[in-house]
Amino acid sequence: METKTAIRLSHVTKTFGPVVANNDVSLEIRHGEILSLLGENGSGKTTLMNMLSGIYYPDSGTIYVNDEEVTISSPKDAFDCGIGMIHQHFKLVDVFSAAENVILGIDEKCSSKEAEERITDICRKYGFDIDPKQKVYEMSVSQKQTLEIIKVLYRGANILILDEPTAVLTPQETDKLFDIIKNMRDDGKSVIIITHKLHEVLRISDRVSILRRGEYVGTVETKDATALSLTEMMVGKKVELNIDRPEPVDPKLRLEIRNLTVKNSEGFNVLDNVNFDIYSGEILGIAGISGCGQKELLESIAGLQMTAPGSSVMYTAPDADEPVQLLGKNPRQIKNMGISLSFVPEDRLGMGLVGSMGMTDNMMLKSYNEGRSFFTEKKAPKELAERIMQELEVITPGVNTPVRRLSGGNVQKVLVGREIAAGPKVLMTAYAVRGLDINTSYTIYRLLNEQKKAGVAVVYVGEDLDVLMELCDKILVLCGGKLNGIVDAKTSTKEEVGLLMTHLRTEQEEK
Amino acid sequence: MANKVKHHREPLVRIVKRDSMPVAKAILIRAIAIALSLVVCAVVIYAITKMNPLKVYATMFEGAFGSKRRIWMLVRDTMMMLCIGVALAPAFKMRFWNIGAEGQVLMGGIATAACMIYLGDVLPTPVLFAVMVITSCVCGAVWGMIPAIFKSRFNTNETLFTLMMNYVAIQITAYCVSIWENPYGSNTVGIINPQTKAGWFPALFGEQYMINVFIVAALTIAMFFYLRSSKHGYEISVVGESENTARYAGINVSKVFVRTMIISGAVAGLAGFIAVSGVSHTISTDTAGGRGFTAIIVAWLAKFNTFTMVLISVLIIFLEKGAIEIASKFQLSEYASKIITGIILFFILGSEFFINYKLIIGKKGAK
Amino acid sequence: MDMLVTLIQAAVAFGTVIMFGCVGEILTEKSGSLNLGVPGIMYIGGIASLAGTFLYERSTENPSTFVCLVLALVCGIVGSMLAGLLFGFLTITLRANQNVCGLALTIFGTGIGNFFGGSLNKLAGGVGQISVPTTSAAFRARIPFLADLGVFGDIFFQYGWMVFAVIVIAILLHFFLNRTNTGLNLRAVGENPATADAAGINVTKYQYLSVCIGAAITGLGGVYYVMDYIKGTWANDGSIEKLGWLALALVIFTTWKPLNSIWGAYVFGVLYWAYYYIPGLTRSSQELFKMLPYVVTIVVLVFISVRNKKENLGPAHLGRSYFREER
Repeated sequence: METKTAIRLSHVTKTFGPVVANNDVSLEIRHGEILSLLGENGSGKTTLMNMLSGIYYPDSGTIYVNDEEVTISSPKDAFDCGIGMIHQHFKLVDVFSAAENVILGIDEKCSSKEAEERITDICRKYGFDIDPKQKVYEMSVSQKQTLEIIKVLYRGANILILDEPTAVLTPQETDKLFDIIKNMRDDGKSVIIITHKLHEVLRISDRVSILRRGEYVGTVETKDATALSLTEMMVGKKVELNIDRPEPVDPKLRLEIRNLTVKNSEGFNVLDNVNFDIYSGEILGIAGISGCGQKELLESIAGLQMTAPGSSVMYTAPDADEPVQLLGKNPRQIKNMGISLSFVPEDRLGMGLVGSMGMTDNMMLKSYNEGRSFFTEKKAPKELAERIMQELEVITPGVNTPVRRLSGGNVQKVLVGREIAAGPKVLMTAYAVRGLDINTSYTIYRLLNEQKKAGVAVVYVGEDLDVLMELCDKILVLCGGKLNGIVDAKTSTKEEVGLLMTHLRTEQEEK
Repeated sequence: MANKVKHHREPLVRIVKRDSMPVAKAILIRAIAIALSLVVCAVVIYAITKMNPLKVYATMFEGAFGSKRRIWMLVRDTMMMLCIGVALAPAFKMRFWNIGAEGQVLMGGIATAACMIYLGDVLPTPVLFAVMVITSCVCGAVWGMIPAIFKSRFNTNETLFTLMMNYVAIQITAYCVSIWENPYGSNTVGIINPQTKAGWFPALFGEQYMINVFIVAALTIAMFFYLRSSKHGYEISVVGESENTARYAGINVSKVFVRTMIISGAVAGLAGFIAVSGVSHTISTDTAGGRGFTAIIVAWLAKFNTFTMVLISVLIIFLEKGAIEIASKFQLSEYASKIITGIILFFILGSEFFINYKLIIGKKGAK
Repeated sequence: MDMLVTLIQAAVAFGTVIMFGCVGEILTEKSGSLNLGVPGIMYIGGIASLAGTFLYERSTENPSTFVCLVLALVCGIVGSMLAGLLFGFLTITLRANQNVCGLALTIFGTGIGNFFGGSLNKLAGGVGQISVPTTSAAFRARIPFLADLGVFGDIFFQYGWMVFAVIVIAILLHFFLNRTNTGLNLRAVGENPATADAAGINVTKYQYLSVCIGAAITGLGGVYYVMDYIKGTWANDGSIEKLGWLALALVIFTTWKPLNSIWGAYVFGVLYWAYYYIPGLTRSSQELFKMLPYVVTIVVLVFISVRNKKENLGPAHLGRSYFREER
């Protein structure tokens, strides 16, 4: 039993079209251990684990469970192999009770009373606190997560995979979860945790495996590792990208963000008391693991997010002395105040553009309402669309072709082109180069730099540290909805930023 | 632990969503669907009447276009269907399921009939018509607006709400019929103002239903441009596509909901005005005659393009008239027309699948 | 007292028709399919059973009661299941819009029902009204002893057997949905098909079965209406259509719970017939009274959306197609 591995992945490769998500990854998980799978966003952790849970099927490579070769082509196969995965997005039926969710889809005959008893047994064994009769929609996020774990255990899983389990938990809830995970390990189960929070990795796991850009980097014993050594393995050597970084032009205070707090529907602070300033003629980078409040931060400024009382975003126009409050106004009202604020949202076709409309109609999205005519004016948008098509080399059959049919890069060119054409004073972009090829990415960098030189305050939310380090002037790092530090991009190192992203500083460290 | 070695199986046929399809091909698919449905209809008719299938269609053609009067009947009914379809276009484009056209039409009809009865002899003709148009629009608009307000406030399911509003309207109509009953005991309103013809559409160019054509044609064109070129139409498109994008663009989604349903209801109310003042000159619970429901399918199949609606309305009314002709020839029930309409709708609805999705057989087709 | 008894009897008979429709539609909607074809399915169920028994009764001298009963039920169920299958094929496999397909089915069913209802006798070479006396008698038979228990018997047992059958079906459906694993799986399909799919449930199979069986139950409403309510004839007055929409309204009124439909249907019946028994009403105000069931339904609909309590809002995925690759 000692030498036998619970799971062994051998030379596994998975591609999605031209994108290689996992390249020749070999990895093993032992019985009764907690393994952390560490890596940046897009390093292929979740894809790899989805191949174990039956969501994806590998292009090549072999999977062994208890040293026996297996084929996992559906979630049911995974259960038969004793593998259970707790996804980041819970798969629960809201109006069902906990017990009903657990027995869902299980063929064997069993009364709800027996099921409830078995659930209570599992709870007692591992220290869960769940009422089998409680409805899911009445549960907190952490209870829902516990329920997902119970669901997996109920089906007899011996290998549990948790995808970023602590992303949505409070510190107390995280402590509780870790106790449970340790209980399960002591019971002989193997647990894999996908995460990018270093302090948690160090605290809970026995070993750490690191992925970078779809490739396996290595595995270390946690007792031999430090936050710094792990960060180095995770971010890798600095890659020279040769992105231009012109000197900031006459920086002036444009936006003052004070005490910005945003609560989600569960009452959890997704943004927690954030304070910083945005200057004109600069590019401010925002780094952070995804889901750390970047979306809420930009949407709050753009007038799309409810903020908690006490929050404040003050805007100072180039020619004005008195700053004005932006919060509590919708995008139309902000525009009517004469403030030109451009926003390139993360969800390009679901928020920034209308997929079924052509370029011309999309150009009017924010400006269609101008003028007194009852009808829309199409001449200017058409000219603009044609100009953007030419200048940014948008590949499309025509300005009236629905933008949904364009490739990702061209969609982004249309969106960025429109937002820049509005002549903004503040330009916010969220993951502006996600999914784009190299050439288009450089086009976007060039455009942002042009805006910076024109004195626009540019905010760049990004995920690639190399790009952030070379493109931005300052980098603000968010960690779990809190501002974890602002560094000068020219003098700081990749490791420093990586550490800020994954390791929330305590009060003492700050002093 | 059961560790069975399993083989990964590719399903034989996979369904993949299509990005787009050339317009010509999409039209071809629909044409094939209509042709197939006509074949099935012919088989059904043959099974019942043992009539030569080719003759069946000749008879149907005769029934629809056989005389000048029949052509005008076809035009009259097509205009009714089209008018209601036009009313539904903005709501559906906004992805607001207005199943309540039937009721909105009736409310417009009641308003018109009330004006004719109470004001017919009081007001001069132009004023009377103005009052009839305004009241019928207002009544229809109110009927459309109520579900929209609840939808925008509480996210109340509009499909079920508008559906129920139909029957409230039908009972209100039944109430009005019983107070306006003429002659007493007939349980119908009878022809209103048979002598004075107050509130009746006058004949234009010697044709009784010419005004109907003009009004509906104007509405069709106006609605087409309202949806395509106006600021309101632009907002409707954005809200229908994604409420998130609408918020991003600074559009007040609730306001657009309510405003669009007022317009949709008002045009449906106008259809009721035409039905009473321009067609039947009476009011009954059958004034809308189920056209409110059929028009939903017309609007849906036309993809909210009011000009396409003209074609589909003509097709459906043609089938209806033709089937009634066959039925009367064999002294069968006129409801045959509904069977035919149903069959053809099923085929066109089913054909949409082949426009939106494609089937990939085996593994080779995978991209 | 007599008036009260007749009111209750009228309400129960009326309620039975819509309870069949409602219970069938609840089963359908629990899988996430909003089938607006309820009136059409009732028409088809009614005419299928009428046509089957009519042809049988015409062909023999002494029709057997048992054969009549079985034939009426089998024809009604098969007819309405085919209608459900058609709806299912269009919406589940071809992913056509549910609202539009349901309305088309209502148009189609109305046509089938009234066409054959009006022409069947003529097609068969006969004259006059269609009628199936033997079958109707079998459906209208009272329980011998219980029906004679004075007022008590009048209120509770002066009905044909289908009045009791629908109550049993409603109770069975309640147990099926809430007490069995299959029922649980079915509800999961209607709430969140992606989750059900991930749990290894065959979503398509569940959707088809619930649409078809739901349609069969709905169609029995048509059978009851034809065989018992109007005594084995056909009426071209569009009342089945009205009843079909009321059944849909009742689904909302019951907040998708089959047990509620047992009393809800009778409440609708009382509301619908109350005008007849309230003294001093003019005929016009009677018409206004008839709108009560719909108004009450709207009030319930608004109330549950304002309260926004998830159990009462109906299946979360109602009215939408499920396509696995569209996550």
